[in-house]
Order: sequence, then C-alpha cells, then structure tokens
Amino acid sequence: MGILTLEGVSQEFGGLLALDDISLNVEEEKIFGIIGPNGAGKTTLFNIITGIYTPTAGKVKYKETHINGAPPCDVARMGIGRTFQNIRLFSKLSVLDNVKVGCHGVTRAGFFHALLGLPAERMEEKEITLRSCKLLEMVGLYEKRMEYADNLAYGEQRKLEIARALALKPSLLLLDEPAAGMNTSEKVNLMEFIKEIRDNENLTILLVEHDMNVVMNICEQIAVLDYGRKIADGPPEEVKNDERVIQSYLGAEA
Amino acid sequence: MVMDAVLSQYIDAYYLHIMVLIGINIILALGLNITTGVTGQLSMGHAGFMSIGAYTAAIMSIHLGMPFWAALLGGATAAAGFGFLLGLPTLRLEGDYLAMVTIGFAEIIRVFFLNFEPGGKAVGLSGIPEHTTFSLVWLLAIIVIVLNVKLLNSRIGRSFYAIRENEIAAEAAGINTTRLKVLSFMVGSFLAGLGGGLYAHYMTYIAPQDFGFMKSIEFLNMVVLGGMGSIPGTILGTVVLTIAPEMLRIVAEYRLLFYGGMLVLLMIFRPNGLLGDVRWYDIKKRWFGKEVKTWES
Repeated sequence: MGILTLEGVSQEFGGLLALDDISLNVEEEKIFGIIGPNGAGKTTLFNIITGIYTPTAGKVKYKETHINGAPPCDVARMGIGRTFQNIRLFSKLSVLDNVKVGCHGVTRAGFFHALLGLPAERMEEKEITLRSCKLLEMVGLYEKRMEYADNLAYGEQRKLEIARALALKPSLLLLDEPAAGMNTSEKVNLMEFIKEIRDNENLTILLVEHDMNVVMNICEQIAVLDYGRKIADGPPEEVKNDERVIQSYLGAEA
Repeated sequence: MVMDAVLSQYIDAYYLHIMVLIGINIILALGLNITTGVTGQLSMGHAGFMSIGAYTAAIMSIHLGMPFWAALLGGATAAAGFGFLLGLPTLRLEGDYLAMVTIGFAEIIRVFFLNFEPGGKAVGLSGIPEHTTFSLVWLLAIIVIVLNVKLLNSRIGRSFYAIRENEIAAEAAGINTTRLKVLSFMVGSFLAGLGGGLYAHYMTYIAPQDFGFMKSIEFLNMVVLGGMGSIPGTILGTVVLTIAPEMLRIVAEYRLLFYGGMLVLLMIFRPNGLLGDVRWYDIKKRWFGKEVKTWES
C-alpha cells in the first residue's frame, strides 16, 4: 500500500464526467507523474486529493485515512502540500510573509497568545522566521525576501509557491505544472531541485506536467489520463511505448 | 483624573472635544480595518455594531447601575456576540453580497432601536452618566493600537491577510478560513461596541439616527483613505476625516461633495490609500540605510 491511494474515483460536474473511475497507487518517496492532453482531468484530480472537490464516487486514502470530504485546510494539516497551475500567491505580502503563512498548519499560537505576547508565542515566531528564511535560501529567494510577491519574475513565483508548500512540512507534495513558463536551463534546475527536495525531506511528489522531457526524466512512475479515464500507468519506458498513449497524443494511424 | 483637569486648564474645550472624538473613532476604525482592511470582508454596517455597544453600555449604566468598566465591556461583548451570530451564516458570501447583508443588518438594528422601549425609541436615550474622559479614551486607544500591532504581526494576523489575498491558497496552507473570518468579524465588532460605549458615555445622549448608514460609510472611508490593512494609515485616515468636517463647517451642506472629490483624487493618486503601501522596512532602508535583519545565523 502506498502513501496515497485512489479507488474508483469519479467526478461529475452537471452532466460532464470529468473523471471516470480512476484508481492510483502512489508509493512512498516516489516521484509520480500525471500526464494527459488538455482537459484530461489532471487538475481536477489534484483538487479532489486536496479536498477542494468531494468526488461523486470512490475513495481517497492517505496514510490509511479516508480523506474524501475533508475540508482543504484539514487535508493540508495532515501533510499534503500543493502548488497551483495558475499561481496563487499572496501578492500584496512580502516574499518572506508568504512562506510564513505557509507555516500556519504546523504552528499553534492562537489569538490570545498573540495579544498577550506570551514567551511561547515569541519563540514560535522566531522559529517560523528562521524556517522560512531557510526555505527561501533553499529556493534561492532569500535576497528578495522583502519584495512584494507580486514583483517577482514568473519562474521565481513558481519557486516561492514550492517554498510555501514546503513550509507545511508535507509528506506528500502536489506540483501542478511546475515547469510551465520556464526556459530550458530553468527546467533543468527545477528537475534537480525536485529530486533534491525529495531526497532531503523524504517527500513523495505527485506532479502534473506537460513537458515530456521533465516528466520522463524525473518521474519513476507515470499515469496517463485522457478524457477523464486512466489509459496507462507504469514506469516511463513502458508508458512511452504504450499504444494507447501514443494514439491519444499523436492521433490514431490513418 | 488629574490629567483631564490640567488639560482643560490649558486647552480649549472645543479642541479637547475633537481630540476625544478622534480617539473614539480610532478605536472604531481600527476595528473595521481588521474586518475589511486586513481580512478583506467588506462590512458596511459598522455603525450597527457601534449602536449595539452604545445602547447596551448605556442601559447597563442607567437601568442596571453597573460600574462604567463593566458597562463598556458588556457593550463590546454584546457587539462581538452579534458579530459572531451574523458572521457564522454570512461569511461564506463574498464581496458585494456580504456588503448587502451587513447594510441590511445595520438597518434592522437601527429600526429595532427606533422601537425599543428601554432605549427611548425615536427620542433617544438621555441622561447617560458622563464617564468618558480625554485620558481614558486615549489610554484605551493606545492599548487598542498596541494590541492591533501585536495581532497583525502574529500567526493569526498573517492568516487574516492571507485570506484577503487568496482564500484558496490560504486553505491549502492549512488555514481554516471560515473560522478565522468569523474571528476577524468578531474582533471588528468588539472594537465597534467598545467605541460605541465610550461614545454613549461621552455624549450622554444617543439616538438611533446617530448610527445610520452614513456613519458606517464614514468609518469605511477612514480605512480606505488611510490604506486598507495599514494601522498607521487607518489612524491617519481617522484623524483627517474627523477633523475635516469641523474645518468644513462653512460649507456644511457641501461636505459630502468634498468627501466624494477627495476619494476620487485618492483613487487617482494613491490607489492603495495614503499609507497603504508604505512599509516600515522601506522607510528604514531609505532613510537610515539599514537592512532590517530577519535572520541571523
């Protein structure tokens, strides 16, 4: 049994079947890729795992707990961090504050702690700042920590989203198109970075990506979606040569 | 208190009066700043919560003979309680819809007090003991300012800002947005109730028309003028908008024209409010060449 398993998950929007009977098994500390043409249901799948949608049918299991129907904040606190395809930063907050907010789920100080300025609260604040700075150093944004998140370049914003997700101390990290909008050298850096955080933080990573180079290079297992159905699942070599995958990407032979 | 006696010797009563009003308005505006400026939940019924605090405190003083501090606390708590009751079902609404519900709520409260026997109905409630003094108002205002600074620089304060900036991302960071929005609404109404209690015990007379829709808009203007979410901004906005009508007495009927004109100019020249995008960090860096240290390894 892996860290995350989906059993027969389906999602309907009105009459549209966005996901149809999807089963997945994500092993611990693996990099798992989900690919598929536009509109295949990849982001929907992420939204189901993180609790934004409750699936119409099927089960989502994370570390032996059923999480379908759990609100997003609870899912996050259980250790599932995520980034978004269309970047969602707190744009009018500083880069540092963005990561500090990311620490919310793993810290405790409440309303009255803050008003009274209890020693425990101040200690925790120091820890939050320290951890956030370390994370920013890791993604190479420490120098820009006081900039507004809005003012960062596109690639930097993606990195900041990853740093914010890591602040949650997740055991499962969902990356929604992390390489979108990056140039080739940035993509190479990103691939190394993803492998690095997996090794250093004992993470399991689930990623949606369009760039085949990135996917084939770093993923240990790949699932292919097409029109809401899973059409292949296996190691990169196997998936690459799967007839149905080639068909859905390149079209059927005439 | 001694200080008040000394001050009234040296400062004109009229100026003291305005300064007391500034102090009370700062407490009220900082409350709205938390709900609307920081958390981004557009509330247009702040005067409604103010009136709950004012009436509750006044009735506790007059009819129940309670000490002043108990009446103040009672008024603030009652307002926060209504904030909770209103916030729980309505904070899943966003933007315009929430604004409409809060306007409606404030109107209901106003009509309620128009027909409320112990509150003197439309005539209003007079004979409230005059307990609010200059030094008390400013002591409380300073405490409120300090606590505001502490709150907004804490874990809870940061999550308020995060909710304003992007609710979905805030949830993904483990923030229970529903609970924190209700909390922010309660803090805002608590301060409105506190300000209301102080106001009642300063004017010694309150009536439902003191807490109408335009009063709510006035507080909203203070927050927007100063800069949404900024404590120094809100204080500046409050000072400007409390003094302005006094200075514009000559053109009394055209006051609102001035308001409108000022807001239009503000939108053009400072779209984020007077101090909305001014940070302590930038000032230090620019004027003292100092990098603020955030991490020493």
